[in-house]
Amino acid sequence: MTAALMATTPGGLLLVLAVVVPVIGILALWLVRARDIEWVAIATLAVNLFLSLATLQAVRASDAPLVYLVGGWLPPLGLALRVDGIAAVLMAMTGAIVAVTALYARGQFGFDPQGPERRRPMVFWTMLLAITGALNLIFAGEDLFNLYVALELLTFAAVPLVSLDGSRDTLEAALRYLVFALAGSVLYLLGVAVIYGAYGTLDLVVLSEIRGAEGALLLAIALMTAGLIAKTALFPLHLWLPPAHAGAPAAASAILSALVVKGSFFLILRLWFDLLPPGLGTIGANGLGLLGAGAVIVGSVLALRQARLKLLVAYSTVAQIGYLFLIFPLATGSEAASPFASLAWTGGVLQLLAHAFAKAAMFMAAGLVYEAIGHDRIDGFRGLGRLAPITVLTMTLAGLSLMGLPPSGGFSAKWLMLSASLGEGAWWWAVVILAGGLLAAGYVFRILMPAFSTPDAPAERLHPVALTRELAALSLAVIAILIGFLPLSPWPLLAIGRLIQVSP
Amino acid sequence: MLGLALDLLIAALVIGVALWTVRTRDDFAAIVGFVAYGLLLTLAWARLAAYDVALTEAAIGGGVTGVILLRASIRLKPVATARKPIGARILVGLLCAAISAALAAVVLLPMTPAPSLAIEVRTHLASTGLGNPIAGVLMAYRALDTFLETVVVLLALFGVWSLTPDAAWGGRPAMAVPAAAFGPLPLFGRLLIPVGIVIGVYIVWVGADAPGGKFQGATILAAMWILAMMAGLTQAPSIGRWRLRLLLAAGPIVFLAIGLAGIPLAGAFLAYPEALAKPLILLIEVALTLSIAATLGLLVAGPPDVTPGVEP
Amino acid sequence: MSLATLDAATLYGLMGAVLVGIGLYGIVLHDVFIRRLLAFNLLGGGVFILFGVIARRGAGAGFPGDPVPQALVITGVVVAFCATALAITLIERLAAKDEASDGDDHS
Repeated sequence: MTAALMATTPGGLLLVLAVVVPVIGILALWLVRARDIEWVAIATLAVNLFLSLATLQAVRASDAPLVYLVGGWLPPLGLALRVDGIAAVLMAMTGAIVAVTALYARGQFGFDPQGPERRRPMVFWTMLLAITGALNLIFAGEDLFNLYVALELLTFAAVPLVSLDGSRDTLEAALRYLVFALAGSVLYLLGVAVIYGAYGTLDLVVLSEIRGAEGALLLAIALMTAGLIAKTALFPLHLWLPPAHAGAPAAASAILSALVVKGSFFLILRLWFDLLPPGLGTIGANGLGLLGAGAVIVGSVLALRQARLKLLVAYSTVAQIGYLFLIFPLATGSEAASPFASLAWTGGVLQLLAHAFAKAAMFMAAGLVYEAIGHDRIDGFRGLGRLAPITVLTMTLAGLSLMGLPPSGGFSAKWLMLSASLGEGAWWWAVVILAGGLLAAGYVFRILMPAFSTPDAPAERLHPVALTRELAALSLAVIAILIGFLPLSPWPLLAIGRLIQVSP
Repeated sequence: MLGLALDLLIAALVIGVALWTVRTRDDFAAIVGFVAYGLLLTLAWARLAAYDVALTEAAIGGGVTGVILLRASIRLKPVATARKPIGARILVGLLCAAISAALAAVVLLPMTPAPSLAIEVRTHLASTGLGNPIAGVLMAYRALDTFLETVVVLLALFGVWSLTPDAAWGGRPAMAVPAAAFGPLPLFGRLLIPVGIVIGVYIVWVGADAPGGKFQGATILAAMWILAMMAGLTQAPSIGRWRLRLLLAAGPIVFLAIGLAGIPLAGAFLAYPEALAKPLILLIEVALTLSIAATLGLLVAGPPDVTPGVEP
Repeated sequence: MSLATLDAATLYGLMGAVLVGIGLYGIVLHDVFIRRLLAFNLLGGGVFILFGVIARRGAGAGFPGDPVPQALVITGVVVAFCATALAITLIERLAAKDEASDGDDHS
């Protein structure tokens, strides 16, 4: 099986380009004239979107993963890139959200085509491209150390976005985030060392052949999971996330909350479903599910209590990340032919997608609200619906998906997860999912009720906002809703190329 | 037996210094402790016969990291902190001890034979034209890691620059040490810098076949540049200068160009045509050395704080 | 799998295991950022040494150690330095802000 999986496939070059094109964009950004940086960045992200969609199409058409052997060297000596069904879907998601964010961020951060180069646009666009490249590598990477480099790239790109504003609070949030992220990476690296010491390879395809309960493998996966959980902000290691995501400028928050935390989450998925021999992870999977359940409840309750919109949306991310971790007990406990054919697997991926689109839309809307009325205090939202109807519509649609009301991606995800937990007789996860939905309804209505009410005095918009920016945010919310129209059954696409563990 | 006694001494010293670094109340003492830790680790690396790593650890882990920490210690005020409650300390201590014990078990119960890629590295080394196996891993087998690492280094510099005060964007970093504070430094610098440059270039040059290489050599070059800046022999450059940016980007650009040329010429990204492998790798190493030396130097210099056009 | 002989590699492996524990302890229990950063670097040093031990045990084909883990450490050391540089700059900026606001309070 290994040899057949280990050859460059047609279309494999797409994976190299998906990693290299954002890097070319970064290098170009620092060498072109100050007035050209926006279009260089946007053009790079347009090419990236095309590459990610082409990758998705290639995986679907060939019904097989794309593989590229870098330098022509075969693992374990060399490095391979490999994109299977789920990775292709996530790459396309990233490409789309980053491209729309670029449209939203155009002309922001004091960018002045006539003036000298300025710090904030330069940093924003550089880091946006870097996050894109790092995520592409995380989705395509096949070697655990190569993935470590990708994780560090992601961290170094994300942290400066948090402190872009430069205020004391954002500096502290960025520093706290960096400390968590670095501690997470070094634990991950420790796991990499243990795996190399035991198996002499870091290639996930080669490693997926391991059978049996081996102490070194279990220790390594425990260490790496602990590190990645810190980076994903899973409860109780979530404390860094709300100040960091709420303190960043809206366009950056959208990327951090919708995409960056998903990078480390994706690696946990890979470790648990590609590396861990079946049957070994039951206790651990339930433990992850328990932390996820804690995140859903604690995150939602804290979101309910926030006075400011951006903090509320950030705490909502803590809660929505929690749902993702229900995949572990539900997919391993399923009786489907493989975890990847289970309802929970598709439900979890839908949750990831729906949250990414809805949350990016929500943060962009929060930024537009701030521009419209000069603050984001929820108790001052009366009459917002008249001042900024498109933005309030965006928040409504994104909110529907976060709550999980039909029709929306959030509904489909939660419905599939509910069905999975009831089907497996694990009703306690269903209770968590329903409770989380109710709490989410609470915090979404806290925003929408005042926004739809009539103001005591006619309010005025402080600043006009470009229609294209409002439409950019709206388009993401609409996608979050449209995901709800996909069929409510396991997607074969998400099982393509998974390294299915068959008992020996 | 004598060797093992030496190893035991080194290990005990490393652990002792590490404990002291964590436990001391004084932040400055902790920094000094860490610098000593870096130097002692270099000895451990040499005893493990990993001379390339020992050089890297000495130059980067101990050297430049130490300089940057000392830079911070000059600018930071000590903060008084309370110790955590004893219960938390015991709980965390037990958890950490459990992790150490699990790792120790993995160390004491190794796989036999020990897994290794040494034979595979040796088998294919001839086709790269290199004599140093580590250079082979970094520049051929795992060239993608190395390429991305250069991007990481560059991105870290942009991250440091992102903390520039808005008004100073495009300006230059003022070095932390006032030139007047070091009387003999300029003279010392004038004597040392040429020697250092020769050593740095030599380490890069032999890296293809013997212990050494671009990161180690670049660090020494960077150190000479830092010394020159601190001694007031030269100023840190303005970050807005196009030529500086080209210097920083040159390494990744050359690496990427040769890597992409490998697609039509050698059948894969980052593959080298066999006849040209060694010269191409050397070309990449030269470009990377210059870029990395400049990047490391600027990382130590820190973000600009001198507004462009305004001299203090 | 059998008990390792007490040679340099095993000794340094145990040292690495201890360093990991010390570093983790410092990261979790220190409040001051610079101390957490130092603890992170202590921990990193321990992790790298473990790679070195694995390399030493994988000696073969005429090499004193498996070159692959050694190359990984060289990459790792450079990345850790970059992380340290970024963190230090953030720490300095934060301290400068605090100093500036202290000044405001007194005036």
